[in-house]
Parts: sequence; C-alpha cells; structure tokens
Amino acid sequence: MVEVTLWGALGQLAGGKSKVEVEAKDIRELFRKLAEQYPGIEPWIEKGIAVAIDGTIYRDTWSKELPKGAEIFLLPRLAGG
Amino acid sequence: MNFDPRFSGRKFASVGTRPIRPDGIDKVTGRARYGADFNMAGQLVGRILRSPHAHAKILKIDTSKAEKLAGVKAVITAADLPDLTDGDAAMYDVLDNCMARSKALYDGHAVAAVAAVDASTARQALKLIQVAYELLPHVTDVDEAMKHTAPLINDTIFTEGLEEKPVKPSNVTKRSQFGHGDVHQGFGHADFIVERSFKTEQTHQGYIEPHACVANVSSDGTADLWVCTQGHFVYRQHCAQLLGLEASKLRVTSSEIGGGFGGKTHVWAEPVALALSRKAGRPVKLVMTRDEVFRASGPTSATSIDVKIGARKDGTITAAEATLRYSSGPYAGTWAEIGAMTAFACYKLDNVKTVGYEVLVNRPKTAAYRAPSAPMAAFAVESAVDELAKELGMDPVEFRIKNAAQEGTRSSYGPVYGPIGIGPTLEAAKTHPHMKAPLGKNQGRGMACGFWFNFGGQTCTDLNIGMDGSVSLAVGTVDVGGSRASLSLVAAEELGIAYEQVKAVVADTSSLGYNDMTDGSRGTFSSSMATISAARNAIKILRDRAAQMWDIPVDDVVWENGHAIAKGEKYGNLAALSLKEIAAASGKTGGPIAGHSELVADGAGVSFATHICDIEVDPETGAARVIRYTVIQDAGKAVHPTYVEGQYQGGAAQGIGWALNEEYIYGKDGRLQNAGFLDYRIPVCSDLPMIDTQILEIPNPNHPYGVRGVGETSIVPPLAAIANAMSNAAGVRMTHIPMSPPRVLAAIEAEREGRA
Repeated sequence: MVEVTLWGALGQLAGGKSKVEVEAKDIRELFRKLAEQYPGIEPWIEKGIAVAIDGTIYRDTWSKELPKGAEIFLLPRLAGG
Repeated sequence: MNFDPRFSGRKFASVGTRPIRPDGIDKVTGRARYGADFNMAGQLVGRILRSPHAHAKILKIDTSKAEKLAGVKAVITAADLPDLTDGDAAMYDVLDNCMARSKALYDGHAVAAVAAVDASTARQALKLIQVAYELLPHVTDVDEAMKHTAPLINDTIFTEGLEEKPVKPSNVTKRSQFGHGDVHQGFGHADFIVERSFKTEQTHQGYIEPHACVANVSSDGTADLWVCTQGHFVYRQHCAQLLGLEASKLRVTSSEIGGGFGGKTHVWAEPVALALSRKAGRPVKLVMTRDEVFRASGPTSATSIDVKIGARKDGTITAAEATLRYSSGPYAGTWAEIGAMTAFACYKLDNVKTVGYEVLVNRPKTAAYRAPSAPMAAFAVESAVDELAKELGMDPVEFRIKNAAQEGTRSSYGPVYGPIGIGPTLEAAKTHPHMKAPLGKNQGRGMACGFWFNFGGQTCTDLNIGMDGSVSLAVGTVDVGGSRASLSLVAAEELGIAYEQVKAVVADTSSLGYNDMTDGSRGTFSSSMATISAARNAIKILRDRAAQMWDIPVDDVVWENGHAIAKGEKYGNLAALSLKEIAAASGKTGGPIAGHSELVADGAGVSFATHICDIEVDPETGAARVIRYTVIQDAGKAVHPTYVEGQYQGGAAQGIGWALNEEYIYGKDGRLQNAGFLDYRIPVCSDLPMIDTQILEIPNPNHPYGVRGVGETSIVPPLAAIANAMSNAAGVRMTHIPMSPPRVLAAIEAEREGRA
C-alpha cells in the first residue's frame, strides 16, 4: 500500500481528498487503480500526469516501481521550452 | 529497455572536453540549410491572409477572384482543414489557430491562404480574397480580461478548478493552487512583511530564423515536410492528425534551426502548407515574414502577479504567498499553473500558497518560451525577497542562503527534494569576485535565483559502425544548441574512440522511432542516455565479432579503450583488436555492426541558478545598460562545457532583453504596434557585456554521467536580478517589466517628487 498525494485539481476529483492510499507496485498499477477508484481522474491520466517518487519526477516510465515508504506525489505534466 | 540509468561516477576521457562543433563550418560559411533553404522541383509559394482585427466574427470569405488570378494554384480556408480532432480540445485549438473557423481571435489570425507560382502572384491573390467580418469588442490586457465586464472571448469556457462549478462563462479558463502549511498563521509569526504587485509584458522568443517549411503531398497519400522545428516527430503527429494522414506516410525532415526557445514546439503554418500542397498537387514553400512571426506565432504570457512574503527578525521566512495571472492568448493554457509551481521553488518554506489563473486575451496563442512561465514568477518573488532582505538589514545572498531549499526540503510545488544545487550556487555567488568588484556612479548590483524542472522523454537512437571504423550516430532530437557535438562526445566516450571518428546527424521521421521534441532542456539529457545505451549495445556486438575472429568464447572478451581484449593468461599472445579492425572484418563475421536504443529518459534532475548583475542607469533618460553579468548554474555534468556556457549566456542575454526592452505593444484597436525588430528591440552584441559563467557539477543520480538539462534555467533569474540592480542603482523598485527608459524615468521622477 502506498500513500499518494494529489495536487489540488486532482484532489477535487477524488472527493476532495489530498491523499489517497493505493495498493500498487508501479506507476502503471497506480494509474489503473486510481482510475478504478476515482473515474474522474482517468481523463487526466490519458492527458498525462507526472509522478514524483521521492522528489524525482517521472512522466512516462510507467514501469517505475514504487518503493515501500517512498513519497509519491502526483503533479501536472508540464511543458518545456 | 534493459538499461541502468543510475549515475556511475566514472572518469571521462572525451566528455568534458571542448572540440569544435560538427555543424560549425557549414553555419559560418552559409552552407547550412535552414527551413527556407530547401527547394523542390515545381514548388509553389504559399502566403497566408491574416485578420487585421483583434476579435471578429467571420461572416463570409469569398475566394473566387483570387482563384481566377493567373498563376494561382490553390486557395484554402478553414473548409479545407476540416475538424478531424475527434474531441481532442487541445488539438482543436491548434487547428483553429492555424486557420480561423467562425471567429478571428487576434490581430494576425490566419483566415485563408494561397499557393501561387511566385511571391508576387501570391501577394496579389491575397488582396483579392474578400472577408466579411463583424467586429466584436476585444480585450488584450490580462487584468482587464479577468473583469466581469470584459468581452467574452469564448462563451463555452467555464473556469475549471473552482470549488463550485461556475454558472457563467469567463475568460478565466482555470484556477490552480499549490502549497502547504498555513500561510495565515505563518504571516502571524512574521516581524516584517513585503507585499507587492508586479506586471510583465508579453515577449517573443525572438528566434532569428522565421518559421519556414516546404510541403509536398502526393496523390498516393504520402507526404514530405521539410521544416524548421524543435520536434519533427511531434510535428508529424500533429500534421498527420490535422490533415487525416497516416503518420508513417508523412516523412518530416528537420532543417538546421536558427533558434526556437519553445516557439518551434508548435505547428503554425505547416498544416496550412500541407493543405495547400494537397489542393494544388504541387510542393508548396511557406515562409513567414518577421511581421507574421510576431503577430501570429507564439509569444510568452503577459502576467500580473501579487506576492506577499513574511520573515522573522532573524531572517527566517515564515510564510509566502502569490497570486499569478497569466495570459494564454485566445486558447486555454497551463502557463499560470507552471508559474505557481515554480514561484517559490528555491526556498524552504513551512507555509506557502500559490494560486494561478489562466486568462484568455485577444493576442496570439501563447507558446512555451525557455523555462516557460518561470521567469515572470521569479521576477515577482525574487524582487520581494530582495526587498525583504533590505527591510531586515540582511545581505541578500545571506538571506537567500538562510532560506534556501536543500535535500529533504518539501518543495513549494509538493514533493520533497533529492540532492539539489540552489545552496551551492548561492555559496558560489557569495564568494565570486563579481560580488566584491567596485561600482561607479549611477551603478548598482543585483542578484537573483531561479529554478526549472527539466524533463526527459521518449528517445530513439541508432549508432552504425562503418567498415572503415567510423561511427555514424542518428538521433531524433533536433540540435538546437550543440547537441550533435555533445552526443558525439558521449559515443566516443562509450566506444573508447576519438571524437573525430563519430559523425552525428538528426535523422528524419522515417528513419528512427518516435522522439519527443527538444524542449524542457531534454536534448542532451535524453539523447545522451539513448546514445550510451546504443553504444553499449554495439559494444556487445563488437565483442562477439572479436570472439569470432579469435575463435574464443565471447565471455572472455572485454571492451577497453576502443579495443576488444581477450582476458586471461591463456590469451596472452592475442593482440587487442581495435574497433577499426573489427569493423573491417564485419562482412565476414555477421555483417553490419550497429547499436540501437529506444527508451524513456525519465528522472531529469531539477536545476537551479544564481545570477549577479551590475547595471548603470542614466538618471536623465532612464536608460539602463548591463555592465557586468555572471551566471552560476548547476549542470549536473557539462558534456561539452563550451555549449553549456553558451546556454547560460544565451538565457541571460534573452533575459536582459526581456528585462529592459522587449514588449508587445497593442493599440486601442487591439492591433500589434511593433511587429518588427526595429520597434521590438532584442539585445545585440553591442548591448551586452561578456557574460561570465560558472558551471557547477552536482551529479544527477538518474543519469549515468550525472547530466542535468541546462538550456532553460538561465533565463529565469535575469528579470529579477536586473530589477534588483535597478533598485540599487537608481533607488527605485521597478514592478513592471520591461524596465524601459520611459518607465524607469517616470519611476525616478516620481521618487524625486515624493510620489513613489
């Protein structure tokens, strides 16, 4: 079980929660279970969500494992120049 | 992918050296081919008709006279670019921006286009197109656009991100919020509070090369696009989607690029050129004029930002808050959101809150500009931080060091930081000789910090070894700042050969797998990771071929310094085989030798910089001149230090222009008044001092060499560094960027007269 912190807009789609607990071993499973639990989040996952694991931001590596006790933070997927 | 990206701490032979860039000679001799330098047999000239109105309904477009003009081969309107976006709102906006549908949303919005046998005929044809407009009220100012009384730009937009769903449409497309702690409580513990409002005007990326392309759509459904872009694979995806083409049948070749800085991450005229070619049945070259580049390709946001920061007497910041309003042109964006995330990222804060508002205005569609949104937020925050240090009687560097984020700090945008470089850049600034250099009359010194995320992304690379032992490296990330040199160094490092043995090229979209574009400071970070991976794959094959040549097991062959070596005493008489020798024998050992890599380069490390700036202000005219400038930035590992320094200097130069001169000026009619480099003045060499640089190397743990992105962070601190220098030189706190002579003079006079 990992604790996942959601940013504001995503939290609104999870019933106003800023943190949720999800049983997931990697980012792919995390997204799948979040979409199951909170269907409103699914379109955001499709558009792109970044996942910060202990401060390192991952945008596309859905196979990235979520270590036990790691800080998992969801962030908007941003553009660069 | 089976590739370990972790930092290994290896020693380097090639990486970190400064060889001449492989594209240099062609560029200085004029042989390099940019977007407009490509030609195809029978090509036509494309030209676009643009709205002269800031906001207008398009009632009717009559193209009949233009179509009858001799030499005109195609005329198109939005009807020739039907909506194929299938509910993808962002792509629909891109389509509408390329060619207006029901409304012209800004001065310069494309409404029709022609392809003719020559430029003169094309221009004549544009004049024959009759567009009936119904003028609508417009709004170009970000604060005005937020008012309830402002003209609505899109009545289907209801603000996202509010607790209660709004019942009325608005020009505010989205509200976002970040932070932690309790700012109200934090301000209660403050002994000093600074609260200020700031504005920054809209600027253009100012790339010297205008957008240019040659499109050729064949009757068999295949197409070619030669184009100046930061991301030809992304252009392929977007153009294919907008025109209903199969991506694999559209081959996009990127030209050399005369600057992009985020502005060439977005299609503007390319779908129009393809649509013209499809209709005319001939190739079409479409080159934007400078006027079109300004009026119709992506500038950055104009902003309005309120900042409040409180601190205790001992210099500890107790709370920080900002409200950021960013214009996004007439289409929804996420620019304020990025500003809200980056605003306080340099600091360790227990109580922080940022709120961003995305605001529609009748200006061109906002595009990314080098660390998009961060410079404006940094201008506001770093100005307030400097003012707070003054109120506390603290040295501005010491105040920042005391409050700087460090490993383990919860960032203002959410996650806890790993190893980061803000502290070291500040410590380096503190001891830099620049900080102690004497200043003359009317001169002042300022400093400021900046943050940018940096990104990675999808990357695909091929490394082919020729039979003569030379190596060709095919990458899919466009070289905007010297990456072909950097990537050649990386290939040479891995293979253990000379830099001169490697030739890197940017391959077209039919030659490699998909690559994300060169943005987010990802070019060298991502493609170096893929190059390392491809080289290591090639080395596996080289070892295997050497084993065949020696007739020994491959496990007994190691690769060292560009040679296969048979390890173990039993092979004592076997001379090492060079890459060249193995390559020469490749035809008899299994054929060509190559290494391929496709991966997602993730885990790009965040980046910080500290800048120091001296300016001299003429109190009679308000004109300011930068007389000394120093950039200190963490690069993780500088693969080619000269080009890292170039990125630092380039970001500072652009920031200096933004801070002192550059701005979009709109008339009351909503038309852009200064769409040219005579009236929109970017800095030239004679405006700038030599920009000094100091590279720090705090390795990124998520890259084998420790590389971080370096391209963007350097534009984040200059606006604030110069504003802080201005405050010290002229005694006025400038809250409006650019600090152009009239604005500075007005502030000096107001100060003299006690009106400030």
